[in-house]
Amino acid sequence: MLLITCPHCGPRPELEFRWGGEAHVARPADPSALDDRAWSEFLFVRNNPKGLFAERWNHAHGCQRWFNALRDTHSDKFVATYPAGAPRPDIAAEDAR
Amino acid sequence: MSAQAYRLPQGGRIDRTRPLAIRFDGETYEGYAGDTVASTLLANGVHLMGRSFKYHRPRGLLSVGTDEPNALLSVDRGPGRVDPNNRAGAVEAVDGLVTGSQNRWPSLGFDIGAVNDLLSPVLVAGFYYKTFMWPRSFWDKVYEPIIRAAAGLGVAPEGPDPDRYAHRHAHCDVLIVGAGPAGLAAALAAAGSGKRVMLADEQAEPGGALLHDPRATIDGLPAQDWVAQTLAALDGHENVVILPRTTAFGYYNHNHVALVERVSDHLPLDQARDLPRERLWQVRAGEVVLATGSHERPLVFADNDRPGIMLAEGLRVLVNRYGVAPGRQVAIATVGSSAYTAAADLAAAGIRVTIVDVRLAGDCAADVAFAAQHGIEVLAGHTVVGSKGRLRVSGLVVAPLRADGSVGARRTLPCDCVGMSGRWTPAVHLFSQSRGKLAFDAERDAFLPGTHAQAERSAGACAGDYDLAACLDAGFAAGAAAAGVSEARTFQASPTRTGFQPMRVLPTDADPGRVRAFVDFQNDVTAKDLKLAVREGFHAIEHVKRYTTTGMATDQGKTSNMNALGYVAGLLDKELPTVGTTTFRPPYTPVSFGALVGPSKGALFDPVRRTPIDPWAEAHGAVFEPVSLWRRAWYFPKAGEDMHAAVARECAAVRDGVGIFDASTLGKIEVVGPDAAEFLNRMYVNGWSKLAPGKCRYGLMLKEDGFILDDGVVARLAEDRFHVTTTTGGAPRVLALMEDYLQTEWPDLDVFLTSVTEQWAVIALQGPRARDVLAPFVSDIDLGNEALPHMSVREGFVCGVPARLMRVSFTGELGYEVNVPADYGRAVWEALWEAGRELGITPYGTETMHVLRAEKGFIIVGQETDGTVTPDDVGLGGMVSKVKPDFVGKRSLARPDLVAGGRKQLVGLETEDPHERLDEGAQIVLDPSAPVPVPMLGHVTSSYFSPACGRTIALALVADGHARMGETIHVTTMAGFARATIRDTVFVDAEGVRVHARDS
Ligand SMILES: [Zn+2]
Repeated sequence: MLLITCPHCGPRPELEFRWGGEAHVARPADPSALDDRAWSEFLFVRNNPKGLFAERWNHAHGCQRWFNALRDTHSDKFVATYPAGAPRPDIAAEDAR
Repeated sequence: MSAQAYRLPQGGRIDRTRPLAIRFDGETYEGYAGDTVASTLLANGVHLMGRSFKYHRPRGLLSVGTDEPNALLSVDRGPGRVDPNNRAGAVEAVDGLVTGSQNRWPSLGFDIGAVNDLLSPVLVAGFYYKTFMWPRSFWDKVYEPIIRAAAGLGVAPEGPDPDRYAHRHAHCDVLIVGAGPAGLAAALAAAGSGKRVMLADEQAEPGGALLHDPRATIDGLPAQDWVAQTLAALDGHENVVILPRTTAFGYYNHNHVALVERVSDHLPLDQARDLPRERLWQVRAGEVVLATGSHERPLVFADNDRPGIMLAEGLRVLVNRYGVAPGRQVAIATVGSSAYTAAADLAAAGIRVTIVDVRLAGDCAADVAFAAQHGIEVLAGHTVVGSKGRLRVSGLVVAPLRADGSVGARRTLPCDCVGMSGRWTPAVHLFSQSRGKLAFDAERDAFLPGTHAQAERSAGACAGDYDLAACLDAGFAAGAAAAGVSEARTFQASPTRTGFQPMRVLPTDADPGRVRAFVDFQNDVTAKDLKLAVREGFHAIEHVKRYTTTGMATDQGKTSNMNALGYVAGLLDKELPTVGTTTFRPPYTPVSFGALVGPSKGALFDPVRRTPIDPWAEAHGAVFEPVSLWRRAWYFPKAGEDMHAAVARECAAVRDGVGIFDASTLGKIEVVGPDAAEFLNRMYVNGWSKLAPGKCRYGLMLKEDGFILDDGVVARLAEDRFHVTTTTGGAPRVLALMEDYLQTEWPDLDVFLTSVTEQWAVIALQGPRARDVLAPFVSDIDLGNEALPHMSVREGFVCGVPARLMRVSFTGELGYEVNVPADYGRAVWEALWEAGRELGITPYGTETMHVLRAEKGFIIVGQETDGTVTPDDVGLGGMVSKVKPDFVGKRSLARPDLVAGGRKQLVGLETEDPHERLDEGAQIVLDPSAPVPVPMLGHVTSSYFSPACGRTIALALVADGHARMGETIHVTTMAGFARATIRDTVFVDAEGVRVHARDS
C-alpha cells in the first residue's frame, strides 16, 4: 500500500485516496471550439510513461481535496505532492532517484 | 516399537517434564512440550509422512522448517478447525492434536495413486497440455473432472471457520525480520536508540540457527546463552516489541510489510479458544532490516526422495533442538563444508555417521581432517547414484569418481537416514518482493540483494554472510544504520564451516533419461522433466516453471529453485544469471484466508446501511433487497401473498388511493453559495438560472463523454441554495464528480457542496389521496394546487418537525416527498401511517416503485442506461439546453458516434401474449430465423406485470427504436422467442394529467 503525502494532511495510507489520472490536463475553456479530433484527444488520450508522471489524487477519506503528485511509475516513489492549481515542480527524473 | 525409541537420552530444548501425545493417521505418538509434529513423529521412528503430489511416491520430512515441500499434514483442532497443508516441522505439538497425511488412498502405506509412479514415463512435463487436447468435447465432461479430482494438495475444510482472527495496524521506525544472530544483533543496535523497534520471527522462540548450535560461542558465551542474554536485554527496552511465531509474508510499497502472528495454535486446545487464532499485522516501517537467513539445497541424484532422506542441517536441528535421533546409521552426502558440522553433532549424539563428499579429497582436506577428529569416515570424491528402500531409505548407493570424471564401481552404504547438503540459498524473498534487484554472486552460487528499491537492508545469511561473526557484525551495523545511530560493534564468535563446490546434478553412471532425480519435491519435477522442457523449446525460466510446474505450490520452490535454475542454465549452456530467476511474490509462506479476512465476515463483511424507517418496515413484514450498500423494503406481503400479489395490491393502492414509501436512501447534496446556480448550469444538461426559489426541476447529468451519469430532482430553496437529489447508488460518484470539477476546473466559483443523504429522512406520499393524508399535519404551508403545484418545494413544519416539503412524483400520481431530519423520520412516518389508515394508506416497496415508474416510462439510471446511453437515446433530448454555451458532456453530444444513426433508443414493448413477462437483459432480434449469428437489435431493460394495464409491459433499448413504432420484434426467452410490438414508453396516463391533480 502506497504512503501518500496529502499536501494538506500529511502522509496517509493509500486506502484514504482516490486516483484521478493524469494531472495538468485542463478542460478546454470553450469545448465547442475544438474539432472532433482535438476533443477526443482531450477526452481519451493520456500519457502513460515509465518514470515520472504528474497525476491527480483525491484525499477522498480525509480532507476530500484534490491535489497533484509526481510519482515514478516504475518505482512508485512519490517525488512531490502539491496542491491543485500549482505548477508541476521542476524535477527531472534523474534527480528523483 | 517402544515409545520415543528415537529420543536421545538428553539434549534439546524440549521440556521432558511435560509429556504430550498427538495423533497421526489414527495412531497416538508421545512427545514433549517444545516438540513439533515432525520431531514427535521422528522421535517415534515415523519417517513416512505423505505422498507426493503427482506420482504418489512415499515421502518423509525433507526439511524441519517452513521450506518443507513433502511432509504436509492436515491438522484438526476440532469441528470446523481443519487446516490442510501444514508443514510438519512448523506445527508445534499440542497435547491432543489430531493430524493426518494427505494425498493418499486408502492409506499412507498402501496408496492406489502410486500407480502413477509406474506410469511416470508418460506423465512427463507438459503431460496435461499434450494429452487432454482432444477430443475437444471430452474436456468438460471427462478430462476436467478427473484432473480436478486428482489435483490439489490437501482437502479444504467444510463449514464455517469458528476461530477468530485479528487485524492490527502498526507503525515503527525499524522493523527487523528474523531473530537469528543477524536479527538479534540488529535489534541490539537499534534498541538503544529509543526508536520504535519491532522484531518478528517465524519460529516459536527467537534465536534462529543458534537454537540448534551447541558448539558456537559468541563473545565467550555459548551461543544459546548469548541468545537468552540478548533477549533479556531487549526485553528491558520499552521501545522494542518482539513478535515470535510471526512470519513476514509480504513486502509491499513504501515499507508496508504484512505479517501473520500465530497467536494460539501452540496453546493447549482448551486454552486456545479465548484468543484469536492468528493476527494479521500491517506494519508501516521507517526502515526494514531483513535477516531472513538461508535455505539448504538438496542434492539431485536418482531416488533422492525416499523417506529418511533429509537436508543435513535439518538432522542437526533434530538432534540438538529436539533431542531426536533421525536414524541409527546416517549417511551424509554433501558438496560443501557445513554438513561436516552436522555430522559431528550426530556423532556426538552417538549416531553412526558416514560422509559422502562429492568433492575430490584434495578439495576438502580440511573438512576430512575435522571429520577424522570426530571419528567420522569420509568417502571423498564419491558421487551418489541412487538409494534403496521403499517406505524408508535403507541404503545409499555411492560410487567413486575417477580422475577423468567417469563413475567407478557402485557400492551401497546401509543406512536408515540420509542427510544431504547441496549448499545454501539466501532467503531473498522479501527483498525481491520489495522490488529490489537481485545480483548473482558466483562465489556463493546464489542470488544476493543487489540494487535496493526501498528503505531496507539485508544482513546475515540472507545477504550471503554464512560466518557467525560476519552475521553478527552485519546485523549490528544494519540495525544501527536503520535506527540512525553511529555505534559500531564487532563480535567474537567461533568460526563457521563454510565453502562448497557447485554441483548441479550429481554425476551418475546411469542413463539420465531413465532415473528419477528430483529437483522439485513438491511438484515431482525431475531433472529429466527440466531437460525435456528445454528440449521442447522452453528456454525462459518463467516458461520452464509453468511448463514443468517447478517452483510452484505451497513451498514456492524454496529448496528447488536454485537447483532448477542451475540445471537449466547448464542445459542451455548459459551462465546462470543470464537465465534469470523467477519472480518472488507474496506470500512467503501460505497464509490462511481467516487471517486475511480478519473480522470482516458475516455482518461486518459489507456493513448494511439502514434508513431510520427500516425498523418499522421490518416490524411490518417487509421483504428487503440490497440497493448499493442500503437495504431497502422491496415489498410488504400480507398473509398468504406472494410477491406478485403484494406488488399488484401496492400498485393499485397508489393509483387509486395513497401509498407511503421510504425514499430516504436517495442521495442528497446541498449546493450552496452565490455561484450555486451557475455551478449547476455547468454540471447538468438543463438550465437552473431561471428556476425560481420554491421550485423543483428534474436534472440530468452527463459525464464528459456525453453519456448519462445520474439524474434526480433538484429543489431551489433560495437564490443561493439548492437541495440536489441523486440516485440511491449514485450519490458518492455524483458528489465526487461535482467536487472534482469545482476544485480543479472552476475553483473561482463560490460554492460549497455538502452530502446530506444521512441528514434527511424522506417519506413519499403518492396517490390521489396523498394530500388528504398530509394536510392535517401541515399548518404553515398552503398545500393547495395553485399554491403548491407539481414540482414545488416549501420549508415549514410537518408534524411539528422542521421539513422540506416537495411536491414531486416518481409514480405519475399526485405526490409529496416529506424531508425531515433523520432522527424524526420514524416518528413522522408512523404519524402519517396511523392517520392514513382510514384512507387505506399502503406502505409500498421498491418493486412497486419500479412498476409505477415503468408504467410512466421514467428511466432508472443504471437500468435503462449503462454508461453508453445519451439523453436522446432515452427520449430526454429535449431536456438538453440549447442556450447554455457549455456544460459537462455538451461537446461530446456532438461526437460523430453520438449523432450517427443506428443508436439504441428507449422504447416500450408489448408482448403478443399479455401474460408473457420478458427477462430483463433478454436480447431482441428482428428475425429469429436469420442465419447465426443473428443480428441483435438491442435488449430489454425493464420488464414487469403492470396492474394498471392488466398486462405485462417492458422497456427496451432498440437500434433506431424511435423509428420502429409498431414494428414486431422477437425477444429471446428461456423457451425460444417471444413476439412483441414496439410502442412508446408511457403506458399509463399518457397525457400526464394525474400528477397535477387538477380535479381535486
Ligand atoms: Zn488531505
